[in-house]
Amino acid sequence: MVNKDEESLSRRHFLKNTGLVAGGVVGGSLLGGLITNQFQTKESTPTKEKRDHTQQTLQEARMFFSREEDFNTLKAATERIFPEDDHGPGAIKLSVPYFIDKQLAGSWGTNAKAYMKDPFLQNKQTHEYQRKDSEQNKSGPNTSTQAPTPTPRYQSRQNRGEIFLQGLRKMDQVSKEKFDKSFIDLEEKQQNEILQAFENNEIEMKGVSSQTFFNLLRQTTLEGVYADPLYGGNKNMMGWKMKEYPGPRMAYINEIDSEDFIVMEPQSLREYQG
Amino acid sequence: MAKKLDKVDVVVVGTGWAGGIVSAELAKAGKKVVALERGEKKVLSDYTGVKDELRFTNRYEMMQNLKHETVTSRNTPDDVALPVRTRDEMMAGTDLGGGSVHWAGSTYRYLPYDFEIYSKTVERYGKDKIPDGMTIQDWGITYDEMEKYYDRFEKTAGLSGEPDPLGPKRSSEKFPTPPLKETPPIRLFKEAATNLGYHPYQVTAGNLSEKYENPDGEVINQCQYCAFCTHYGCDFGAKSDALVTVIPTAEKTGNFELRTESYVRRVLHNGKKATGVMYVDTRTGQEYEQPADVVVLSAFTFTNNRLLMLSDIGQPYDPKTRKGVIGKNFNGQFNITFLGARGFFKDKKFNLYMGAGALGGTMRDFAGDNFDHSKLDFINGGAIELRQYGDGAIASNHVPKGTPRWGKEFKKNSLFYANRTLQLWYTPAIMSWWHNYLDLDPTYKDDFNDPLLRVTNKYTDQDRNIAKFGVEKCKEIMEEMGADIVDEDDIPEEFDHIYQGGHYAGGVIMGDNPETSAVNNYLQMWDMDNLFVVGASAFPHFGGHHPTATVGALAYRASEGIQKYLENGGQIVKRNEKHKHVG
Repeated sequence: MVNKDEESLSRRHFLKNTGLVAGGVVGGSLLGGLITNQFQTKESTPTKEKRDHTQQTLQEARMFFSREEDFNTLKAATERIFPEDDHGPGAIKLSVPYFIDKQLAGSWGTNAKAYMKDPFLQNKQTHEYQRKDSEQNKSGPNTSTQAPTPTPRYQSRQNRGEIFLQGLRKMDQVSKEKFDKSFIDLEEKQQNEILQAFENNEIEMKGVSSQTFFNLLRQTTLEGVYADPLYGGNKNMMGWKMKEYPGPRMAYINEIDSEDFIVMEPQSLREYQG
Repeated sequence: MAKKLDKVDVVVVGTGWAGGIVSAELAKAGKKVVALERGEKKVLSDYTGVKDELRFTNRYEMMQNLKHETVTSRNTPDDVALPVRTRDEMMAGTDLGGGSVHWAGSTYRYLPYDFEIYSKTVERYGKDKIPDGMTIQDWGITYDEMEKYYDRFEKTAGLSGEPDPLGPKRSSEKFPTPPLKETPPIRLFKEAATNLGYHPYQVTAGNLSEKYENPDGEVINQCQYCAFCTHYGCDFGAKSDALVTVIPTAEKTGNFELRTESYVRRVLHNGKKATGVMYVDTRTGQEYEQPADVVVLSAFTFTNNRLLMLSDIGQPYDPKTRKGVIGKNFNGQFNITFLGARGFFKDKKFNLYMGAGALGGTMRDFAGDNFDHSKLDFINGGAIELRQYGDGAIASNHVPKGTPRWGKEFKKNSLFYANRTLQLWYTPAIMSWWHNYLDLDPTYKDDFNDPLLRVTNKYTDQDRNIAKFGVEKCKEIMEEMGADIVDEDDIPEEFDHIYQGGHYAGGVIMGDNPETSAVNNYLQMWDMDNLFVVGASAFPHFGGHHPTATVGALAYRASEGIQKYLENGGQIVKRNEKHKHVG
């Protein structure tokens, strides 16, 4: 294995390869910004890092979940889906619950770009439809770039935020019925059992199947582990570090045919945009 | 009240590869062209410095906003269709450049077999080889006639590649630019395929291996293998799309006017001829009537079909009588296609976070009729591909079968195998059937209260058998590649209403007579001389490869046809009265 840094790509080489010297179509000023960033030496001062860290912490507050108990249930559930272990942090340390909170507060959580017109049929066919599980990474020519999460089969009049609230509260209710305790107070094994019941579609929810809720929860948890830190998860790029994923980069033209696996220190979109 | 605008020579609906090519060719020929795009006007800097997997891959930044409009979907004519509500389930490009901007870039010519599929199948295997209900037909054009248009498209796009050792005749032996680099995973695939006696070669790519100036003087830059390609616009102007080629070419002529946020609702006509289109400026709600001598529908397959149906043009297909043509033979590659085998390598690591949309190896030993089908329970075939797209961190969560989908073991395996897994897949052709078609939904409406398009689509033994065959072949090669674990993809029993990948086609199909087709081989409507419907909507079935080269080639062909029509008027192709190729 070779350790390499982005420094290896020389400015001259990059310009030569892209043909941008001769006045290609990419805007000069933008490219200038990117290149400057690419060749910046790593001298970000401790003060700056400290400030960034503080800023991030300040952004860890609930904007979607009003009730703390709902958020605590979410925390516990995401940690079961992506638990801390010898490989590194779990969902909670990666700030996944805050990532989900922000996602649900935004246009995705309110289904702003989804078709939400009536009628929302609630019949056997709809339920079958939601149950039919399909791995996204098994459909279509771009499958390799798809998250290998089951696609939520969406035939609910509730938006994603509402489904999350109902689902989390149902999880807590089921925990109390089954084990006489809140979800957060259960043993790991018991928590897994509850989650499994949701995944298996054994729980009755209103207007949505429990499997659809579980698929949403799982998908969003993994997104929070690995999305760019700009969304509030993947804290300090620890998700990427575990996976040896370098983040957005300008070019791999000089490394793409390498026989060796190349590990790079991750870089976020904040750094890429300069 | 609609505002009536001044008449133009040609009005074009949609600005992807199809609409872009038609616009450029006609504007170059001195015709006044207005192009209407429902989406926004995008420029290259919209895609510069925004390499964000969540936004583009998981939240579908570049795809159609389904709030206003989607399709409904069902398996059989007896079911109630449900709307496809989220972008996890429906992928269709929008904005200037359409689907071309987010495409991967993988490009194939269809085989001679596909264009004459009915005749050639009967000739080699007899009529009984075509099962009852399969509605394949000859396309009304041959590969040899298509060749010059393919050549034209390749040069416009500057495609990087090398000839397929088993491929049909090419007028230009070489591609405009050399193939992309051969990476370790591609090398592994090619060596294994060669060992097994197959004929691998490099996937033809719209991500260019070097800087290129096309015949229209447009410059496309060199691909940096940065991995943010499929689902993204290119950061460097290095992916060939309508934005860096045909749209600027059209603009340079001074004969081209682009109007974005312009949502076309109807083709206007007097029963014999189209008189123009009616569209809405979605920012103001103002309706406009744009008169034109020629109307070109070159939007997405779904939109082309829906506009004809909403405008009462042509005879709608009726599955009960199997008569009529508009909406007939819906087809496409999604879900049951692109299945194969995934290999997991315990001792090998690949730089899978690097890549390009069309970076890969392929082989056509099992494509079209390149292999004997007499003992097989399906017809046609596809390519076997290994692609190195460049995995995002959210996407690279592949684990061997038997691993739970979440929890400790999932985490362990997903981290371990993130850079230790390769996928091979088969890209089989999709045949057309009497029961797969498009019409208008009786219940669900768009923002303007117009009915949504309804898709009725189910799988047949042909689909499942060809998929199974592909999975077996992929498994054989993956084993030869030395994977420690080889997982076969599962073959779905039934279509699950997920429209992934954008490869949907048919409904306004081409052919040699109006009984069985909607458009002639210049994509001119049989029923309306000055209306051309361009795009994959013209495919009578889906060949075993990615569609873009064929869409591009047909767009060049249609451009020629439109010029012929403007010169001479009338039908530019004589219908074939003799034989009807209906299954």
